[in-house]
Amino acid sequence: MSNSQTSQWQKIAAVEDIPVLGARVIQAPAGKIAIFRNTEDEVFAVLDECPHKGGPLSQGIVHGKSVTCPLHSWNIDLTTGCAAAPDEGCSKSFAVKVESGVVWLNRKEIQTSHG
Amino acid sequence: MKKQKLVMIGNGMAGVRTIEELLKLDPELYDITIFGAEPYPNYNRILLSPVLAGEQTLEQIVLNELDWYKDNHIHLHLGKKITKIDRKERTVTADDGTIESYDRLLIATGSLPFILPIPGNDLPGVIAYRDIKDTNEMIEVATKYKNAVVIGGGLLGLEAANGLALRGMSVTVIHLADWLMERQLDKTAADLLQKSLEEKGLRFLLKTSTEAILPNAAGDRVGSIRFKGGLEIPADLVVMAAGIKPNTALAESAGLHCNRGIVVNDTLQTFDPRVYAVGECASHRGTAYGLVAPLFEQAKVCANHLAELGIGRYEGSVTSTKLKVTGIDLFSAGNFMGGEGTEEITLADPIGGVYKKLVLKDDRLIGACMFGDTADSTWYFKLMRDEQSVAEIRDSLMFGESNIGDVGHQGHNKAAGMTDEDEICGCNGVSKGAIVKAIREQGLFTLDEVKKCTKASSSCGSCTGLVEQVLMNVLGTDYSATPKKKSICGCSDLSHDEIRSAIRSDHLISQEQVREKLDWRTPNGCATCRPALNYYLISTWPHEAIDDPQSRFINERAHANIQKDGTYSVVPRMFGGLTTPSELRRIADVAEKYNVPTVKVTGGQRIDLLGIKKDDLPAVWKELDMPSGHAYGKSIRTVKTCVGDEHCRFGTQSSMKMGVELERMLFGMYAPHKVKLAVSGCPRNCAEAGIKDVGIIGVDSGWEIYIAGNGGIKTEVAEFLCKVKSDEEVREYSGAFLQLYREEAWYLDRTVHYLARVGMEYIKQKVVDDAENRKALYERLLFDLKDAPDPWKDFERAGVDIRQFKTIPIVEAGNV
Repeated sequence: MSNSQTSQWQKIAAVEDIPVLGARVIQAPAGKIAIFRNTEDEVFAVLDECPHKGGPLSQGIVHGKSVTCPLHSWNIDLTTGCAAAPDEGCSKSFAVKVESGVVWLNRKEIQTSHG
Repeated sequence: MKKQKLVMIGNGMAGVRTIEELLKLDPELYDITIFGAEPYPNYNRILLSPVLAGEQTLEQIVLNELDWYKDNHIHLHLGKKITKIDRKERTVTADDGTIESYDRLLIATGSLPFILPIPGNDLPGVIAYRDIKDTNEMIEVATKYKNAVVIGGGLLGLEAANGLALRGMSVTVIHLADWLMERQLDKTAADLLQKSLEEKGLRFLLKTSTEAILPNAAGDRVGSIRFKGGLEIPADLVVMAAGIKPNTALAESAGLHCNRGIVVNDTLQTFDPRVYAVGECASHRGTAYGLVAPLFEQAKVCANHLAELGIGRYEGSVTSTKLKVTGIDLFSAGNFMGGEGTEEITLADPIGGVYKKLVLKDDRLIGACMFGDTADSTWYFKLMRDEQSVAEIRDSLMFGESNIGDVGHQGHNKAAGMTDEDEICGCNGVSKGAIVKAIREQGLFTLDEVKKCTKASSSCGSCTGLVEQVLMNVLGTDYSATPKKKSICGCSDLSHDEIRSAIRSDHLISQEQVREKLDWRTPNGCATCRPALNYYLISTWPHEAIDDPQSRFINERAHANIQKDGTYSVVPRMFGGLTTPSELRRIADVAEKYNVPTVKVTGGQRIDLLGIKKDDLPAVWKELDMPSGHAYGKSIRTVKTCVGDEHCRFGTQSSMKMGVELERMLFGMYAPHKVKLAVSGCPRNCAEAGIKDVGIIGVDSGWEIYIAGNGGIKTEVAEFLCKVKSDEEVREYSGAFLQLYREEAWYLDRTVHYLARVGMEYIKQKVVDDAENRKALYERLLFDLKDAPDPWKDFERAGVDIRQFKTIPIVEAGNV
């Protein structure tokens, strides 16, 4: 299945498959990864674990380029995976490529756990 | 485009707060220059007293480090005093010759201490108490000399006296009036205050006016002080704390209209529209405020206009007073002396050292003066500011609100009596000491800031009252009480009421319309305003407004309760708490098939299946084949019932039947917060109807309806609404009350909060007395609930996005 042209990127889903201001979860070897989409149709990928107590960020309310964790309302920046002040901590964020309405993640990044 | 130039004269708290607010609104609009006469960055002037008292250090009270100015590209000139404003050329000139031009000018020069015009007032050792320099000098003098005299028995004078005494000096306070703090306290409270300060070692000379300050024998500094009548006492230090006056000399020399302060309008503009003034130097509607809370309100409005947004007006503030002397508890606000047409309620316990006086006029609280026990001062202050009628609570007013939850803080309801280790926030494990430290070291002024930085009171909120007390105790007078008009969140300055009425009057049916029409700051709101807006829209325009699942908290989006490990809990509906063997069998089968780790009976007479994976939810619902229990929503939760007259030998009414009918009627009802009902078949009240949002109790001749009870954070007994005869009347009255609550409460208010805001009389008038209105409310409720879809079955109509239940797998044939 290794196609040399796409080997660096793994096809994940169509942008259309992600709700606007919502998220989908993918089960990757690196763990559960949340794929977010905002009103600008930007797509972000962050490990589905809040740096605070591991809450599933995919289930939070998405606004602007942030998501609010459903457990204790930390605000996480989707571009960096980091909490907004005064909270501190970062969750891993993943490189995302969107091409012709399809979302791709970096194959290597999502393979390695604790990456 | 070239940036406009904003120059600020003064580098104190009000001015810098304005700049901070401005930078939040528009960081790019201005090229900003600040001139400060003192050689320090902006510091927390109100904490000079704790510094003097040795409870804090100067380093700890700096609010904006030099780096802050640098990071925000502000040109900062420290130790430079502006001596001239040229309004024609639009320049300012500093004492070192620096000239700076401006497009807009902000004057925040604060105030100056009032120096008594008496001989000797310029001797070394005679100082005011205003800034870091004064404080340092007092600390220095206290190490070398013995006798201190403080002129002025007001707030500042007493704090200075207390600090000097703590530093080992023998202190005498000279006061002109008949009693201490005569502008903030009545004589009874002042006498109690004087007594406790005397116990701390201070001495007082009241009704005494100073004639002259005399040099010591060497003639190199102050040596003694002489009063009218001839009495002379030794003094190695004289602190003038006889009042402050707005620092307006510079503004006056520039021809700006001043009248005991630089006169500003509601947008904080002076008579020259390019020139603004905020803080202690400004006079707004005849008042120059000397406390930080109003100044911060001014800062917000001023910044808004500087940012050219042009919304918001400053309309004055109600202020209160609290002395920052450790171990002394006093509070006063408003018209505490009373007068024509006022009534007083007093409580005096001179031996116990407690005195409370409340002043009422036309059923409104207009003033309060308290000594010894100020636990309820924040509540009184709120009542005054909101001009709320206290007629209904008059008989218990004196005993306070006890707005604090019943559990989670070891039974404490007075923050002053707690030690630093005592836990205030039982949800997040925050001790009193941690909150005090955060307030002091991080320069916090408001409840919201404390919530953000410490997490205290950010979960269940039951300790909010305690946190407010701590804020008040640490910051004293300068505690910034929650503003009267509370904006919905950081995305808008509008209040819940304003937003609701705009949605109604402008017929707004989508969030985009609301945010567009009401000038939201953020493109799609935040996790606080979105759920509120969504609720306001669908409750105002049922069957018309667009329900947005992505604006709902996850529980209402997934129609199950999220748990700490990311799994969900499922509670099927059992109307009235009744079930059948076949339902129980299905529940058991599902629990086994999906390896449900925990099966629990809930407080609302339901069965909870905990630990279900999100992807399994649709299958679990299907196999249960029971309606959604909405145990996850700001919605109707449960109607709890007792057995009633069908089986019980005491029962007088069919409570199960009534409960089932009510629950069927309310199925799918979303509300500002969760709604719980109970129906008991006799006054033994086994269904615990006394702590429910609506509690129905059967009596021989009909039903009694109770409302706005609460069994959670704050146990609150439901209040009697009315008695009715028929089952249909129970539905109509209960439904009408719930609809009133749904239409008027703020999002996340329980019925108990709503009742506290509008009062029982109002609700009775709308629901009981006005039959036409009751029927209209009831009909609106039934219209809203018509054909309410079951989100566990009718995904399409209930707007459930089923994609959320499918984790996307990574299909990968072997790793590379």
